[in-house]
Amino acid sequence: MAIKQYIDAIRDALFEEMKRDERVFVLGEDVGVRGGVFRATTGLYEAFGEDRALDFPLTESAIVGISIGAAAAGMIPVAEIQFADFILPAVNQIISEAAKIRYRSNNEWSSPIVIRAPYGGGIHGGLYHSQSVEALFTHVPGLKVVTPSTPYDAKGMLKAAIRDPDPVLFFEHKKLYRLLKEEIPEEDYVVPLGKAAIRVEGEDITVLSYGYALHLVLEAAQQLAQEGISSHILDLRTLRPLDDDAILEAVKKTGKILIVHEDNKFHGIGAEVSALIAEQAFFDLDAPIARLAGPEIPAMPFSPVLEREYQLTVDKVAQAMRALARF
Amino acid sequence: MERVYGTMADIKMPQLGESVTEGTLSKWLKQPGDAVDKYEPLAEVITDKVTAEIPADVSGYMEKIMVSEGATVSVGTVLCRIREIDNTENSVLKSASLSDAEDKSIPNGAHPNGAQVVARTTSQLGGETASSPRYSPAVLRSAQDHGIDLREVSGSGEGGRITRKDVLRRIEARKVSANTDTTGGIPETLLSTPVFPSGNVQLASEEIQLQTEAERHEQVSSPALEDVKIVFPTPLRRIIAKRMVESKHTAPHAWTMVEVDVTGLVSLRTQIKQDFKRKEGIDLTYLPFFIKAVTDALKAYPMLNSAWVEDKIHMYQRINISVAVATDDALAVPVIHDADRLSIVGIAHALNELVAQAHSGRLSVHDVAGGTFTVNNTGAFGSVLSAPILNGGQAAILSVEKIVKRPVVIQESIAIRSMVNLSLSLDHRLLDGWIVGQFLQAVKERVESFREGLLIY
Repeated sequence: MAIKQYIDAIRDALFEEMKRDERVFVLGEDVGVRGGVFRATTGLYEAFGEDRALDFPLTESAIVGISIGAAAAGMIPVAEIQFADFILPAVNQIISEAAKIRYRSNNEWSSPIVIRAPYGGGIHGGLYHSQSVEALFTHVPGLKVVTPSTPYDAKGMLKAAIRDPDPVLFFEHKKLYRLLKEEIPEEDYVVPLGKAAIRVEGEDITVLSYGYALHLVLEAAQQLAQEGISSHILDLRTLRPLDDDAILEAVKKTGKILIVHEDNKFHGIGAEVSALIAEQAFFDLDAPIARLAGPEIPAMPFSPVLEREYQLTVDKVAQAMRALARF
Repeated sequence: MERVYGTMADIKMPQLGESVTEGTLSKWLKQPGDAVDKYEPLAEVITDKVTAEIPADVSGYMEKIMVSEGATVSVGTVLCRIREIDNTENSVLKSASLSDAEDKSIPNGAHPNGAQVVARTTSQLGGETASSPRYSPAVLRSAQDHGIDLREVSGSGEGGRITRKDVLRRIEARKVSANTDTTGGIPETLLSTPVFPSGNVQLASEEIQLQTEAERHEQVSSPALEDVKIVFPTPLRRIIAKRMVESKHTAPHAWTMVEVDVTGLVSLRTQIKQDFKRKEGIDLTYLPFFIKAVTDALKAYPMLNSAWVEDKIHMYQRINISVAVATDDALAVPVIHDADRLSIVGIAHALNELVAQAHSGRLSVHDVAGGTFTVNNTGAFGSVLSAPILNGGQAAILSVEKIVKRPVVIQESIAIRSMVNLSLSLDHRLLDGWIVGQFLQAVKERVESFREGLLIY
């Protein structure tokens, strides 16, 4: 066992998978010589050479498009989009090609690509380096969308994503990269995609979250525990497909549901989770489903004051949790 | 029990007509816990012969029903209590002082024994929520699953709401006390206080039962379920349905009919209708003539103007003619009061006014009250033969069918005459064919007496 940061867990997963399977390679902007702007690919260029750690021009459509082609030719590309904000030029390749190729070719072709992208705010990234884009892709059949929230999950789920036969969007909350340290086993393991994880067992309220927001929830839950409020916390981990069974189980646990995410509320993950609960667990509800999410404004502001106002905080989360517990 | 927050409004039995001193609550349209908008009907009330809806004076939630269905109470009796919607912050304290006559005299916070106030308030909160309407699905379900009467559960949630955990605790507590305490720990006050109608939980399950019964019924006797659209009738439609069934069930209906030659009436109307329209501003229809004939005949045969009421015959001293007016979605039966004192023109005007009010839904209680005999204008929709159902509280009802030209034998020749059928249903408990036959003959003679040149003023 070794104590690892989230970013280390990502790098280790890439390293081990590239070592395990020579079809695996990384590509993206500055992922080679520089080792990635967040240092997620440090050492890969040195260990596996320039053919398996490809530096690309600032053309996300090409990064993904070539990944799709390489995958069709039998490779397993792990593309890095430097910031999730920049994934939009590649949306056509992701949605119209990667997501559909298996269906369109009647199972003859597939697109076993992984697209890694750091998302989320709180690092003074301003409008173009802070966006949460996960909800844009969860609507698309044919894609898997995952957002691990711990180093252990980051490693295990990245391995699972690389071994997955279909396209996986792997969103890493950039604020988590160096925020968290965790003991991680030396041996090979995977964390299955599509499975949520209970982080805390509790009895008064159920909180569903993912990514950085989950850690705010965990911290708020500790405060609330001192006030005698016991929280049941589920980490969604995979946003598409959702782990319906785990969500419904968590709902049954308390009947009071709060969904928390940094992404804005309208048509966000919380909307789909709420609908699922309303459809399948209506009679377990003891309170109106509550959602706490980012505000409906176009982007995370650059001003530190406004950025803080935009972001969720432990206080905001605790407040929402208390209100639900009181109901 | 009193609600601890929100102002209470008492809804009382209104005076539904001048001589009315009491009314029967026929049906509650709202149950405790239901949201109520101002002016929304709360209940149906029947006085002598009128059914009226009692509207809410305020918006809020139905708090408590104080008069059961079927009970007859005097005007001014409190029927139910509505909790008005307001945003009282200090609701607990406020209501603690409002809810109890004893506390009323004591200013807030000045109770000699503060602890006592708190204790009382808390217990009221707990008891209060027992009738709280806003149960979550989880609360309702666990209550149903475990047969918990939610009135026995005290709420720990916001505003005294019963939470799912409160119910679970109750289930646990009951398990523990099951062997020792047969009342299940119900406070004595609750046991001794008659509360009705039954709590929301029971209502909910009744509803479910009703639904499943309806579904079963459809499966047995109706086309495939997907071919059926279920429509929930308006309260008015339900009243009509109820009254029809009541009448048909209680009064043994007999039926008879006469043919009337209205050739003279037709020429009379043709002769004067344009002049009439110019002078009176309304169209002259045939109905006023028939009503006139009926009122004249009722004077001669007053037994037709009566009702069978609890083994007694009520002979009505006034002749108030109910006229059935069909609107798009309902049936209104406004009344021409003292129709026997009106000329044909007077009847035409009264009729015109009532029909207009009925179509615009503006009939007053007075407009529909006090009918003693009904004239039904079935000819208006082309009927030539009908067997009407008696209007509750009346001994007979007459249908005026469509006027049609028919070959008629007069002495030894055949002539083309305008003919109409008058159909009459009668309550056979108090009327027999003999008297009814005479009555119909009187109507027939009177109608056939109308002919060109007659003055109608």
